[in-house]
Amino acid sequence: MKQEKFVVRRIVLGIICLIWILPVLAVAVNAFKMNTYVKTETFALPNAQSSAGFDNFIKGMTFGNYPFLKSALYSVVVTVLSVGAILLFTSMAAWYIARVDSKACRVIYYLCVFSMVVPFQMVMLTLSRTADSLRLNTPLTIPAVYVGFGAGLAVFMFTGFVKGIPLAIEEAASIDGCGPVRTFFTVVFPMLQPTLVSVGILEIMWIWNDYLLPVLVLDIYEYRTIPIHIQYLKGSYGTVDLGATMALILLSVVPVVVFYLFSQKHIIEGVTAGAVKG
Amino acid sequence: MKPTILTKPMRKWAWLFLGPMLVCFGIGFVWPFLHGTYLSFCRFLLVRDAEWIGGGNYAAAFSDPSFRSAFGFTAVFAVVSVILINIPAFAAALALNRKFRGRNLYRAVFFMPNLIGGIVLGHLWSMIFDGILAGFGTSILLDAKLGFWGMIIVLLWQQVGYMMIIYIAGLQAIPADMMEAAEIDGASGSQKLFRIIIPNMMPAITICLFLTLTNGFKLFDQNLALTAGQPFIQQADGTTVRTTEMLALNIYNTFYSQGPSNRGIAQAKAVIFFVTVAGISLIQLVATRRKEVQQ
Repeated sequence: MKQEKFVVRRIVLGIICLIWILPVLAVAVNAFKMNTYVKTETFALPNAQSSAGFDNFIKGMTFGNYPFLKSALYSVVVTVLSVGAILLFTSMAAWYIARVDSKACRVIYYLCVFSMVVPFQMVMLTLSRTADSLRLNTPLTIPAVYVGFGAGLAVFMFTGFVKGIPLAIEEAASIDGCGPVRTFFTVVFPMLQPTLVSVGILEIMWIWNDYLLPVLVLDIYEYRTIPIHIQYLKGSYGTVDLGATMALILLSVVPVVVFYLFSQKHIIEGVTAGAVKG
Repeated sequence: MKPTILTKPMRKWAWLFLGPMLVCFGIGFVWPFLHGTYLSFCRFLLVRDAEWIGGGNYAAAFSDPSFRSAFGFTAVFAVVSVILINIPAFAAALALNRKFRGRNLYRAVFFMPNLIGGIVLGHLWSMIFDGILAGFGTSILLDAKLGFWGMIIVLLWQQVGYMMIIYIAGLQAIPADMMEAAEIDGASGSQKLFRIIIPNMMPAITICLFLTLTNGFKLFDQNLALTAGQPFIQQADGTTVRTTEMLALNIYNTFYSQGPSNRGIAQAKAVIFFVTVAGISLIQLVATRRKEVQQ
């Protein structure tokens, strides 16, 4: 009886999982079909007539008047630089806020907490104008904008973690003649590692997929990230090659899946840690 | 906190530790927020100049039929998505909490869609909905009801795994001896669920409910990529109501596709949007605090 129930449960779970991955499979299948067959035979496997081989991928590289690899490169550059800058600058600030704990520090801290509940639309226009006039509209400078708008959550999480570290370690370093800068980089920063990973994962998931901020801040005729590129494939008038679109969607989903497989444990921890803040 | 041995030398380095973050925070948040709030009370004259007009933009925003329609659509959407995401997520967490072979694979499958961005998700599902609906001679862009449920399906597919992870963390925090005691006393499955699991999971449940609620309210990428507000309905007074346009997209369209003269109204809408979202977060904070006191 119990065994039977167990088997039934496994079968139900298996079926649901299969349904769950069907959309991704559908993309993979359609990426190998010729344009006209994507709409008419969406759920059929490519056959001799409808198969396009790797043509969609070749076409996809230049499709949409912008090279896909260029947008992939900019996505990597923007994500890596922004996440790096966020981790460094906000952990430094959080350590200061947690340890000095003056009135000004508290004001900064509560401003950060406040910024977490402000939706992007609230600052959309003014932020993109400010970024424009300060020339923060390139992939190398947009990290400053990401640090600014993403500081809230990171400062909040780092400050919480620093407060849980015993002060004695830093005091010992200080008594041994270690200045604050060295104390931070050689003693505190390594101890922050679990939170660095959690915050890093959350910020990667945000920035890699972000569309609205880069589309408003970057000069999109020069610089496109993957989400901008995908959106402008369909946004552009005229014929849209669905086969090539599916090939590009597949190419942008694959790195995400690989990233997940390599860091599953950290992602789960990051999500749980980030959620607790609500 | 009392000053420690560290405080004094650290203060000398304040510029280094706080400086970079504060400069960015000023550019990326504080100034845009203050300036945006100010502009919501202004009329935009040329591209850059603005003139104070008081609350006129707010009156215009509230009487804009497209904004009201978006507000109603978003509120209903958010509530429906809360229910339809959390029930399966909770069930999945219960099913995937016990130990068995392949458990991580199942969890991975449910969680994976969460890593795909809203824009890519929207276009991915757009192809699938087209494939299905073409057989019925319709399209997701032709019927607001289809658009609504289409976006619900996309959001459900994306977020069930995320909420499931939070619920699993909540389940694992339930003391094992409590469950054991219930089992020894012969508690039935539903008794265990309603008397032990759910009461002990209240923090996780609160987090998930509010997370899905604010996510529903703030939805933008999926909305833009899947329906972009279609189908459009022409009103008698010449204005257009985009029937599946949600709040964030409505604000975006008011900012960028209706000319600079409407930007003051768009900014007022953004403030209303912010107050709504912040209000939800505030209610959550109060709700969580109260629970903590009870325990």
